[in-house]
Amino acid sequence: MKHIVSLLMENEAGGLSRVAGLFSARGYNIESLTVAATEDPTMSRMTIVTSGSDEVIEQIIKQLNKLIDVIKVLDLNDGKYIERELMLVKVKATTPHREEMKRMCDIFRGRIIDVADGSFTIELTGSGTKLDAFIESLDKTAILETVRTGASGIGRGDRVLKI
Amino acid sequence: MATPAKNAKVNPVSAQTQSESLGDSHKKSTSHDISGAEIVIRCLNAEKVKFVFGYPGGAVLHIYDEIFKQNGFKHILVRHEQAAVHAADAFSRATGEVGVALVTSGPGATNAVTGIATAYMDSIPLVVISGQVPVPAIGLDAFQEVDMVGITRPCVKHNFLVKDVRDIAATIKKAFYIASTGRPGPVVVDIPKDITAHKTSFHYPETVEMRSYNPVLKGHTGQIKKAIKLLLEAKRPMIYTGGGLVLGDGSPELVKLARTLNYPVTNTLMGLGGYPATDQQFVGMLGMHGTYEANMAMQNCDVLIAVGARFDDRVIGNPKHFLSQKRTIIHIDVDPSSISKRVKVDVPIVGHVQSVLAEMNALLATEVNQTGKSTKNDISDWWAQINEWRKVHGGRYEMSDTVIKPQYVIEKLWEVTRGDAYVTSDVGQHQMWAAQYYKFDKPRRWINSGGLGTMGVGLPYAMGCQFADKNAQVACVTGEGSIQMNIQELSTCAQYGLPIKVILLNNRYLGMVRQWQEFFYENRYSESYMDSLPDFVKLAESYGHVGMQITKPGDVEGALKEAFAKKDKFVFMDFITEQSENVFPMVENGRGISEMILSDEKKGAK
Repeated sequence: MKHIVSLLMENEAGGLSRVAGLFSARGYNIESLTVAATEDPTMSRMTIVTSGSDEVIEQIIKQLNKLIDVIKVLDLNDGKYIERELMLVKVKATTPHREEMKRMCDIFRGRIIDVADGSFTIELTGSGTKLDAFIESLDKTAILETVRTGASGIGRGDRVLKI
Repeated sequence: MATPAKNAKVNPVSAQTQSESLGDSHKKSTSHDISGAEIVIRCLNAEKVKFVFGYPGGAVLHIYDEIFKQNGFKHILVRHEQAAVHAADAFSRATGEVGVALVTSGPGATNAVTGIATAYMDSIPLVVISGQVPVPAIGLDAFQEVDMVGITRPCVKHNFLVKDVRDIAATIKKAFYIASTGRPGPVVVDIPKDITAHKTSFHYPETVEMRSYNPVLKGHTGQIKKAIKLLLEAKRPMIYTGGGLVLGDGSPELVKLARTLNYPVTNTLMGLGGYPATDQQFVGMLGMHGTYEANMAMQNCDVLIAVGARFDDRVIGNPKHFLSQKRTIIHIDVDPSSISKRVKVDVPIVGHVQSVLAEMNALLATEVNQTGKSTKNDISDWWAQINEWRKVHGGRYEMSDTVIKPQYVIEKLWEVTRGDAYVTSDVGQHQMWAAQYYKFDKPRRWINSGGLGTMGVGLPYAMGCQFADKNAQVACVTGEGSIQMNIQELSTCAQYGLPIKVILLNNRYLGMVRQWQEFFYENRYSESYMDSLPDFVKLAESYGHVGMQITKPGDVEGALKEAFAKKDKFVFMDFITEQSENVFPMVENGRGISEMILSDEKKGAK
């Protein structure tokens, strides 16, 4: 089952490689990983999308906690959460398809952030499945390039990951 | 891994200001300022380090210059960096203190890696200081540069690259703290050469606080109560202890608990000595080469309490087979990630073994006082069954009048040393025979590489033990394959006059490899014969040691007595043993622990 794990760690050089190294050394899946400093610059927050049986997820959480630099780990799937991902897609947009492409973008609440003679660059945020759905609904030959950030996750309501 | 010491109550300089002021930090020195190299020495002195095992080289020359000027600790010059780490590791295993090794950058650092990984697998607290090329040269493929922090990341508890002289003290303090607390392990501190020349004022923090690292100490009382209840209701209880009991110094509390309950106890390879082997309640080591009774009791018990042990593949065999028998499992361990890793546990207790066991003993005592009931749970049927199992194999081996049996050498070694020696071993058949036939009554006396299985540890381990206790009897049980992996240390032993006794069980084979080839590869002994062996007697003598070769069973005891009577001499004993002897019982890889092969005749009928 897919899980989203959020963690806080010391914002020090090499932190990312410790986490990435743990996943590769122990053979855990890693679908995406995003990391950036938090409002407190001494800390980084990481969102890891992974999958595995309950036992594997339990081990992943324990092994992450064991890393000396890791301050706190939270399995977002233990409660309600929101997941968002950003995608930029460059699509062919030539007449007579330009209008159609604009409409498709609007349906998915995307924004066109760059316009060129033969192409649009569309910015889209949402859950991974929404981004997948957008890609699915486009004519494959129209897609020139895509780039995705991987998911960021946060707990709903009072669920807060903080020290 | 830049290490602004923001959590160590000292030097709260942010990462940015450090790098900006890096160039000035050593220029603005005052008369109280000392060099990074001297700070390293002062830190080690503050930690009351007695021995540093090391080997000099370019990147650590400033540090070695300060070593020359000090007398707070003794530096032991090994002949290969791997041996430095192994010796520091054994020193720690024997004493419980943090072992310290010092190596140079590049090849010095990579040579140390096997030693670090060995310590990591067995959770041994070490601080390994490695030199690094100067900060401006890092990343430029400089001479003797290697990314030590990157290379060691998967085999250390933690590691640091120090990039500012002002961070050295706080980093070393953290290194000792991390290495020795929680589940112990090796910590690497990589120090670039220029940092050891820069100057700053010295302040060694007294305490460390890290928001990201707070090891659990006390176990959960509710869980402990649950465990006691289960233990008292058990019909077929079993106590299974590992290296964690030894490292956590929990042996006295465990002995108390086991004796109060009168339950059977087994130790893992790493846990030997955690419970006295000569005690009636001890059923021997368990696992791949465990005793018949220990493995049968492990498989058939109804309540199992695991103490500082991790259910690894060499211990419980095939986990599916192990779980085919229903039992309730209680697991005490300081490391939560060891719990329910290979086997689902019913009552996990995360905490320091000593404190958890002490609480259990206290609870048992109150139980007796309050209820007036005896804690003596009647398990006489279970003991009767175990005693039947004891008769099945009982550690028997076939004696010979003409050729020396390796098991016999170990039995005699135990007698001659009155069971009181530090015994180190290398890896292979001799290791298993030492574990099976030397009855360890005390913890921290059996020193071997259990997790990584590193051939070549035996001799440097013996050195570490002899430095830990200079008057102790230290025996290194080894094979002709293993001993040659760190044979250069005969020179170190000569330099420091270490009266180690090497017990070489020489069967002219890589015995354990040969055994597997006999069992599973139809006797195709691919590359397992040790050809062109040196004359070990002459080799030992060339270093100024005493060399002995023993070929007859009748000479074994006399030779051992003679060797151990030479209290100030290093004696290399080359026992020419039976070539085709196998280690029994044996559990084939992938099988259940109760599916043992007990002898050569039975191996076909497995």
